[in-house]
Amino acid sequence: MRIPETRGPVSSALFKVLVQAPASSAADLDALHAMVAGQLALAADIIGHEDIQLSLFSLYELHYSGLDGVADDWEWEPGLIRIRRMIEEPFEKALREAARKVGREHGVPATGAFTGSQLPGGNPTSDDVARILFDLAASDTGPSVSRYVARKASLEQLKEFLVHKSVYQLKEADPHTWAIPRLTGRAKAALVEIQADEYGGGRPERMHSALFARTMRGIGLDDSYGAYVDSVPAVSLASVNLMSLCGLNRRLRGAITGHLAIYEMTSSQPNRFYGNGFRRHGFDAGVTHYFDEHVEADAVHEQIAGRDLAGGLVEAEPELLGDVLFGATAVMAIDSRLSAHLLGSWESGKSSLRAAVPVAA
Amino acid sequence: MNQEQPETTENGAGEPAASSIVVCPDGPLIVRGEFEIVTPSGGPVPRDRKTVALCRCGASAIKPYCDGTHKMIKFRTERPAG
Ligand code: FES
Repeated sequence: MRIPETRGPVSSALFKVLVQAPASSAADLDALHAMVAGQLALAADIIGHEDIQLSLFSLYELHYSGLDGVADDWEWEPGLIRIRRMIEEPFEKALREAARKVGREHGVPATGAFTGSQLPGGNPTSDDVARILFDLAASDTGPSVSRYVARKASLEQLKEFLVHKSVYQLKEADPHTWAIPRLTGRAKAALVEIQADEYGGGRPERMHSALFARTMRGIGLDDSYGAYVDSVPAVSLASVNLMSLCGLNRRLRGAITGHLAIYEMTSSQPNRFYGNGFRRHGFDAGVTHYFDEHVEADAVHEQIAGRDLAGGLVEAEPELLGDVLFGATAVMAIDSRLSAHLLGSWESGKSSLRAAVPVAA
Repeated sequence: MNQEQPETTENGAGEPAASSIVVCPDGPLIVRGEFEIVTPSGGPVPRDRKTVALCRCGASAIKPYCDGTHKMIKFRTERPAG
C-alpha cells in the first residue's frame, strides 16, 4: 500500500524517516524518537489518537506487505523497533485497562477462581476455557451494528461499513498466523486448521480476503489493499493494531488466541445480518457470499478456537489464562467503541468516516 | 515440546481412526477426517470445507451445518462424562 496521509506530528516525522535509506537517517530518527516521546506524554486517549494509531499501523505494515517506496530493511531497523515499542507499551496499557472494564461488566471470573471440572492444581480444562469464552461472547449485548446493517443502513452506510472492515479484511487472518510457530501440539494444530480454512483450503479465490475483495468490487469500492486507510478513524486502526500487537509479540500468544476465539464466537449470527442488509439493497450472492461463507465457517471455527486453540493452550500453559481473557475482552472493548462510533454517526445522519475523505464509488 | 493428544481416537490396531466426531457441549458435532456427507439417496451434500460442524439443535438455517443458532435458542446438552 502507499504511504498514508499524515495525521499529525508523529506520522509526519515517521514518514519523513521512512522514505530515506536506513543508513542515512540517523538525525531524523533521533528527531522522531523525541517527537514520539513528547506526543505520547500528551496523549490522554491513545486508542482514539489519530496520529499515534496511524503511526503504529504504518510501523506494523512493514511486517506485512510493506509500504510503497519504503526500503524493506526498515522492518528490523533497531531504531524503528524501539519507536514501535515506545508506542506499544502505553497502547497495551490502555487496552488492558479497557479490557479489565469489560471483564468487570461481563462478570469474567478472576484468574484462579474457577469452579467445575478442573485439572489437578485447580487449572481449568479446555472445556472450561471454551465455556468461559462462550459465556463472555453471549453476554455481549451492546449496540448492534449487524442489526442496523440488516434493517436500516443506507447504501452509503453499507459502503462505509465495508470501508472500515477493509483495513483488516483484505489481510484477513494474517495477524493470527504470526502465532503458529509460538504454539505447540493441540493449540498449534487447531490454529493451522482454522487458518487453512481462512486461506481458502488451498484455493486462492476462496481465501476470505479474496471473498471480501469481491464484495467490495461488487458494491463499487476499490479493493486494492490499504485503499481506504486514509478514510478510517483511529479506532478502526486500533482494532487492527490490537491484533498486530498480540500477533507479533510472542509473550502475547495467549491474548491472540483469546482474540481469535471471541472474534469467531461473535461472528456467525452478525454475518447473517450483514448479508441480509446487502440483500435488502438488491445485491446477489456475488456480494453476499463473503458473509454467507462466514456464517458457516465461523460456526466451525468458534468451537475449534474456544476449545482446542485457547483451551488447548491454557491446558499446556495454565499461566496464560489471564492473557487469553485479556485478548478476548480487549477485542470486545475496541469493538464496542467502534460500534458506538458507527451507530452514533449513522443515527445522527453523519458519515462515520474521517471528514473530507469521500469514498469514491 | 509436543503435548500429549489424549483425545485422539484409536482403533484396534493402535492407529488413529480415519475420522473423528467431537461432541461439543451445548453445540454442534465437529466432524474431521475422511468422510462423505450424503443425502438419503446417496447424492453428495454440498460441502466447502474439510472440517464441518453438523447441527444437532435442529434450529440451524443452513442444515445439515451449524450456523450458531444453538446459542440463540440456548440449546443445552448433557455434559459428557469425564
Ligand atoms: S447446533 Fe449450531 S445451529 Fe444447531
